[in-house]
Amino acid sequence: MLKTRVIPCLLLRGQGLVKTVKFKDPKYVGDPINAVKIFNDKEVDELIFMDITATIEKRGPNFKMISEIAAECFMPFGYGGGISHIDEVRRIINVGAEKVILNTAAHLNPNLIEEAAAQFGSQSIVVAIDIKKSIFGKAEVFIESGQKKVRISPVDLAKRVEQLGAGEIIVNSIDRDGTGEGYDIDLLNKISSSVHIPIVASGGAGKLADFREAKTRGGASAVAAGSMFVFHGKHRAVLITYPEYAELEASLN
Amino acid sequence: MITIIDYGLGNLGSILNMLKKIGAKAQISSSLQEIERAEKLLLPGVGAFDNGMAQLRARGMVELLNWKALEQKVPVLGICLGMQLLGNRSEEGHESGLGWIDGQSVRFSFDGANSGLKVPHMGWNLVANSKQSALLKDMLEELRFYFVHSYHFACNQPQDELLKTHYGFDFTSAIEKNNIMGVQFHPEKSHKFGMRLLSNFANL
Repeated sequence: MLKTRVIPCLLLRGQGLVKTVKFKDPKYVGDPINAVKIFNDKEVDELIFMDITATIEKRGPNFKMISEIAAECFMPFGYGGGISHIDEVRRIINVGAEKVILNTAAHLNPNLIEEAAAQFGSQSIVVAIDIKKSIFGKAEVFIESGQKKVRISPVDLAKRVEQLGAGEIIVNSIDRDGTGEGYDIDLLNKISSSVHIPIVASGGAGKLADFREAKTRGGASAVAAGSMFVFHGKHRAVLITYPEYAELEASLN
Repeated sequence: MITIIDYGLGNLGSILNMLKKIGAKAQISSSLQEIERAEKLLLPGVGAFDNGMAQLRARGMVELLNWKALEQKVPVLGICLGMQLLGNRSEEGHESGLGWIDGQSVRFSFDGANSGLKVPHMGWNLVANSKQSALLKDMLEELRFYFVHSYHFACNQPQDELLKTHYGFDFTSAIEKNNIMGVQFHPEKSHKFGMRLLSNFANL
């Protein structure tokens, strides 16, 4: 029986890791390499790293950081942030990442998805879609770390990137980011029922039951979480954690 | 010393990183001289079957590898596509494989109750022993590994199956025949389980 993957999503800002709330107020939570070592010990399924300032600072990926992560990461990991060219995709895969995550580039240069999927296989090309609800409740897609709205519906975008060859989609709710209120199940369900590739739920996880909801009601193949794995208690003290395997099994599989 | 065969496919760095972590001596090499002297061979690989075989042929490695595996009988471990290349052929292509283990790779295809299952089979899954092996020494508890693949190995000789995994049905997730072994999953990305399997290989 294939397990539902439970993926800590770690945000890089400069040399450090941060955690945001609704894409704002980044709080420093530690050193990335140290976090990878802890997650190794905790036998985590997979890791996601997102460099949240690479695109808005108009710089490419931090290859030195990615190779340092790869050298310590004995589980699959994906990297996203600032990727705009096929050569960058190749370098990231060559240093040891399993997956390359595209977001802004998926809009500005959809050919990159096609080209990267043809060269490295769909399974290594992931598209992250950042979504925020308008005041009228309409789900809208944002790029450039949530700063710029684009005119395509989340469902249409998901279908388009699947057709271009993406192997997986991270559905990220900006409104739920860092809130612990649970995933946007309706949104997940709309997207997972319109594509055939796996959906990773992201944004809002606060407890184990949220993972189960994303899987059973949202149709997600995997779940990602940030705050749940880096903060502890109501005062949000920094603590890198991950549920025990038995707890995840009881809740998910 | 384990020699990881570099034939232009896949991410060899991850495998070397894990071997270093567990204290095993290893090198990555595309040199026929170094491969000729190798004590143990690790055949990695991701991507298409035909491309894998074409790359091995273009580098003049096939005859040398036949000699190392079948005559000299050094331990060989194929990983992912590297396991599939140990068989006779694959539905994915037209090239013949190394043919060291009697079997072929076939694409996952699901219908009926299983039609919701996605291909590739990607993520963590359990393995169950089909026989005993030094590769699985002291690995007695429930074992899980990370998989990413659209084709799976099918043995013609049931005694060659080492591990099986359930995805819609039971498929062969590891094979072993004498000194030749293959695993469909990625031990280098399967933290403690992968470390122990690779340690066992290093200690053969």
